[in-house]
Amino acid sequence: MHAESQIREPLILGNKTYRNITDDIIAPIEGKANRLWYVLFTISVLAFMWGIGCLSYTIGVGIGAWGSNNGVDWAWDITNFVWWIGIGHAGTLISAVLLLFRQKWRMAINRSAEAMTIFAVLCAAIFVTLHTGRPWLDYMLFPLPNQFGSLWPNFNSPLLWDVFAVSTYATVSIVFWYIGLIPDFAMIRDRVVKPRMKKAYALLSFGWGGSVRHWSRFEEVSLVLAGLSTPLVFSVHSIVSFDFATSIVPGWHTTIFPPYFVSGAVFSGFAMVLTLMIIIRKVYKLEAYITIKHIEYMNIVIIVTGSIVGVAYLTELFVAWYSGVEWEQYAFLNRATGPMWWSYAAMMTCNVISPQLFWFKKLRTSIPFTFVLSIVVNIGMWFERFVIIVPTLCRTYLPSTWNSYSPTFIDVGIFVGTIGMFFTLFLLYSRTFPVIAQAELKSILKASGEEHKKLAANAHH
Amino acid sequence: MATKQIIHGIYSDEVPLLEACSKLRASGIRIKDVFTPFPVHGIDPIVGVPRTRIAICAFIYGITGLSLATLMMWYMMIHDWPNDIGGKPNWEYYTNIPAFIPISFEATVFCAAHGMSLTYLLRCWLVPGAKAKNPDPRTTDDKFMIYLELSDEQSKKADEILRSTGAEEVNYKGTITIEPKY
Repeated sequence: MHAESQIREPLILGNKTYRNITDDIIAPIEGKANRLWYVLFTISVLAFMWGIGCLSYTIGVGIGAWGSNNGVDWAWDITNFVWWIGIGHAGTLISAVLLLFRQKWRMAINRSAEAMTIFAVLCAAIFVTLHTGRPWLDYMLFPLPNQFGSLWPNFNSPLLWDVFAVSTYATVSIVFWYIGLIPDFAMIRDRVVKPRMKKAYALLSFGWGGSVRHWSRFEEVSLVLAGLSTPLVFSVHSIVSFDFATSIVPGWHTTIFPPYFVSGAVFSGFAMVLTLMIIIRKVYKLEAYITIKHIEYMNIVIIVTGSIVGVAYLTELFVAWYSGVEWEQYAFLNRATGPMWWSYAAMMTCNVISPQLFWFKKLRTSIPFTFVLSIVVNIGMWFERFVIIVPTLCRTYLPSTWNSYSPTFIDVGIFVGTIGMFFTLFLLYSRTFPVIAQAELKSILKASGEEHKKLAANAHH
Repeated sequence: MATKQIIHGIYSDEVPLLEACSKLRASGIRIKDVFTPFPVHGIDPIVGVPRTRIAICAFIYGITGLSLATLMMWYMMIHDWPNDIGGKPNWEYYTNIPAFIPISFEATVFCAAHGMSLTYLLRCWLVPGAKAKNPDPRTTDDKFMIYLELSDEQSKKADEILRSTGAEEVNYKGTITIEPKY
């Protein structure tokens, strides 16, 4: 048992025992949902249904139903894809990078953040599978032998790298999440009394028993998976940025894209984790585990990544001017002052100015303020992707191809539908899965629990 | 033929559990297993669990993934159907290596992660429908258990150690007969 410095604030508040942790985590699973849950669930399902309708319509008539046009051939589809994939990054960052850095505050939030990752990647997958136009031919993205003269996919293309990166990322995230879930499912299996629930959780827990040998392997597997996921999470968004950066479109062809996309992804992901965690801690009464300190830590990550994003925006402007390339200069001038200046202004305000407010301790420890700002950041990050894609494609090299863009009802419907799907899945998850990695949390109770820290402090005097 | 006594020593805290484990081992008693609700750090050498080699497996799976990806891209892009894409011909593998790095990396991670996870699940026999491996359901909640299979004279000694280190319960769960190995 290792002792933790008294200077560090406790991560588990109140006088909790191992049993209390079990009880608190199982409460939402055994208990009945309140009215708020049903209201949110109904809204989410309705949005999801609207999305399914628009999605079916798109498959039926083709992507001509979207606002994308000749010239602006990528628009909301890729904006939404990059936005969702970016949101997913926080989950892996919390569970993998913070594990490698031995940041124990991750334990209260990693489970839900990983769940968020998986649901966000599913939403992103909808857009990439659909934007090809003929989704029933998407199997051609994979290197399968075929009857077209053994023509293979182009391994020199970043679009194909993306197929591999996103599918590796999705499957590895699911496995990482599930391996951590097994011991917690076993806890639920041993606790619940309803026979049907017991059976379901027995199946999900894969017969876990908590033997010392299994724990030893469990920890090693978690560590190695974290080590593998860390470069993976950086590679995925770097490769997403290559989709743009390896083209010769002015405003896209920049080497700053990979780090700028990755920090933007972490920025938006942490904002989404905050939005979800602030709701979850309140609805399921988990204030003792997801404390103000946790929220403050996440807000500090928001300041850091938000500042990196801000520096990247300014660097882009500087490099465009310094390069002396007129097309590059015009691309940025057009983004900031062209017909879609409002999207650039929204991006700058939400992503560069608003996170700087977190330098005030009062604001970064305020729950209502954090909640509002986390949503503002995600709006800003959506606009960032929109700014990169749409105004740029409206004004490419040839003035005769210049075009405008406006989304259709179908575009909006699919986007709102994925938000509905995301929240539907998350709400279902939060009532059936252990929302906090309770086994891990029990292992830090004695080092980081409030009461235990007090006892340790008194013992030294 | 040897008949052995099954003993469950139940604790409600990991500190006396570790003390009991080291005392049992010091007096020459083999600890069959320990069940805990969370990973207790530092328990492995005390119970006598060797370090797991699963990370080595991950490395081997990773190398396999890298080799398979290299072979696949060489076959598809260089050997079977070389193309001149944007003035970047695919005549030999090494000139195209920069473009092949991302997928080589992804395949390495894919095989290492999934291979290791499958090995872990199968080695621990964690499969859908497997019977719960903990003999007492309380050990996933807040109890810690030392599981022993001992002969009669060792049982007496173990009983003393378990009780003196503060075991909440010492449960005798019958006997098992072990066939001698010839």
